[in-house]
Amino acid sequence: MLRIENLSVSYGARRVLHEVSLTVDNGEMLALIGPNGAGKSTLVRAVSGFIPAQGGSARKNGTNLLTASAGERARVVSVVPQVASLPPAFTVWETVLLGRTPYLNFLGQVSSADEDIARQSLQRVDALDLIDRRVGELSGGEQQRVLLARALAQSTPILLLDEPTSHLDLHHQVGLLELVRALAHQDGLAVLVALHDLNLAARYADRIALLVDGEVKAQGSPAEVLRPEVISEAYHLPVQVIPNPLDQSPLVLPDSH
Amino acid sequence: MIARARDASPRRFPMRHRLLPLAWTLTFLGLAILLSIAIGSVFIPPADLWRLLAAGFSGALPEPLATYALIIIGIRLPRTALVALTGAALGASGAAYQGLFRNPLADPYLIGVASGAGLGAVIAMSIQWPYSFWGLMAIPMAAFLAALLTVLIVYSLARVGRAVPTTNLILAGVAFGSFATALTSFLMLRSSGEVRRALGWLLGGASQAGWMPVLGILPYLVIGLSILLLSGHALNLLQFGDEQAHQLGLPVTRAKTIILVAASLATAAAVAFAGIIGFVGLIVPHVMRMWFGGDYRRLLPLSLIGGAAALLVADVLARVVLAPQELPLGIITALAGAPFFLWVLRRSKNQGYW
Repeated sequence: MLRIENLSVSYGARRVLHEVSLTVDNGEMLALIGPNGAGKSTLVRAVSGFIPAQGGSARKNGTNLLTASAGERARVVSVVPQVASLPPAFTVWETVLLGRTPYLNFLGQVSSADEDIARQSLQRVDALDLIDRRVGELSGGEQQRVLLARALAQSTPILLLDEPTSHLDLHHQVGLLELVRALAHQDGLAVLVALHDLNLAARYADRIALLVDGEVKAQGSPAEVLRPEVISEAYHLPVQVIPNPLDQSPLVLPDSH
Repeated sequence: MIARARDASPRRFPMRHRLLPLAWTLTFLGLAILLSIAIGSVFIPPADLWRLLAAGFSGALPEPLATYALIIIGIRLPRTALVALTGAALGASGAAYQGLFRNPLADPYLIGVASGAGLGAVIAMSIQWPYSFWGLMAIPMAAFLAALLTVLIVYSLARVGRAVPTTNLILAGVAFGSFATALTSFLMLRSSGEVRRALGWLLGGASQAGWMPVLGILPYLVIGLSILLLSGHALNLLQFGDEQAHQLGLPVTRAKTIILVAASLATAAAVAFAGIIGFVGLIVPHVMRMWFGGDYRRLLPLSLIGGAAALLVADVLARVVLAPQELPLGIITALAGAPFFLWVLRRSKNQGYW
């Protein structure tokens, strides 16, 4: 499990995260929600060690991820970034194999065991048929699945996703989140996913944490966090919450007239 | 399904063809070396070259073979070696800079490293070291220190907070490069008598005779190029950006520093004796990437060999175009390189090979 305690991050004088504490159990999917600029991406970057934290810790058993070396940490935490511009000339196969980096020497020589793991990862995200394609010619949804396969190839117990659905259409959003939930529930990963869409978070996450101005304002089950007064205050917008007719999960509707 | 059918054979080089690109470039290099040995003010016919090789350059050789042997060992071979090493350094460091800055325009010249190294070399030359091994070793060392200093200055000029935008980097590089070039010209004009020879050096010309320069740059090149050849995997990771490379387990800052220092070392060694030769570091990695794909573990050795071969061919042209007069090598690479580069740029506008 991932245990984040009192994590604080500043960019110069600007405080972005303040004493954030969260835990994600193995087999659990935690959605991180909050308005733009609340610090969701910063949290992912800090836990993955890309930006330095001013205080606090992020632990997996005994290992403090914030002080571990890049290689050590990459064997514990993998990250699915927002789809950015990927180097177009790389093939899907080359890209996914790079997920094995934390287990390779500096020459990046892969063994057949590494290749097996990369192939299984592609199969797990149902992207085995893309194996020979170049990442530059893939659609946004396909790219996101390839990045997820690369993260799985890292064989880490903890998986972080930074707004993985932001450039996807509804069909691919649902497909991706179902897959991510299965990775938590079936494969036993501790999954932390930053999400924009409250209703997708409500439908797919086991628990939700609400981040506002760098602080955790609420966390718990979707029903506990997605209450009209909490969300209205966080997003500065009156909302109503009704039960989703499909599965009774909370459905947040803006109430702006 | 339609998209799948269109890409029936998208992986250009399956496993069994992994060595094919290497074989091609090595063949090209072999031909270039033969040309460079055979062609010059005295043409050595291939048949005689073969007989010399068969005799092992020794024993009682009949004329004109004896003369040919003297020309080859005393003049052609050292020059061929120096040009090949220079080209190898420029090709490999060009590929490394392009990968490091994730920019197809980053090459030793555009980011100012070559001009900085040139300035360092000219400063060292104006001190007038004795023409000995250690005297010659000092020139690449001065060029290397100046190249590193240039990288530091350009990098800090271009930096915005934690990020180094590529546009800033190239603007700062071009500006600092011009400054260093101006200072180099100033130093050369001030030093009396040597101006003509120095100008030839600046335009790139491997006309310095003998094996001394080759021995002088060899240690620097061996170190710099060995490190670069081992950096393919790190450069592959860096193509995904610093953040993803870091999340995949690469110690990004350390890796970038090592690659930067190694590439600057190779560039400095090349500039120290061959002068400023543009476009090789830009074009060779480009062509290799276009033909053989963007995997840096393959691209670095291919650019190294291709750079050596390309510069040898340019050097042969420099010897024959205005024979008996010899053209500076830098003029040939720019004359052939610039239009070729523009053609590549235009042709490849919509090909996502980069």
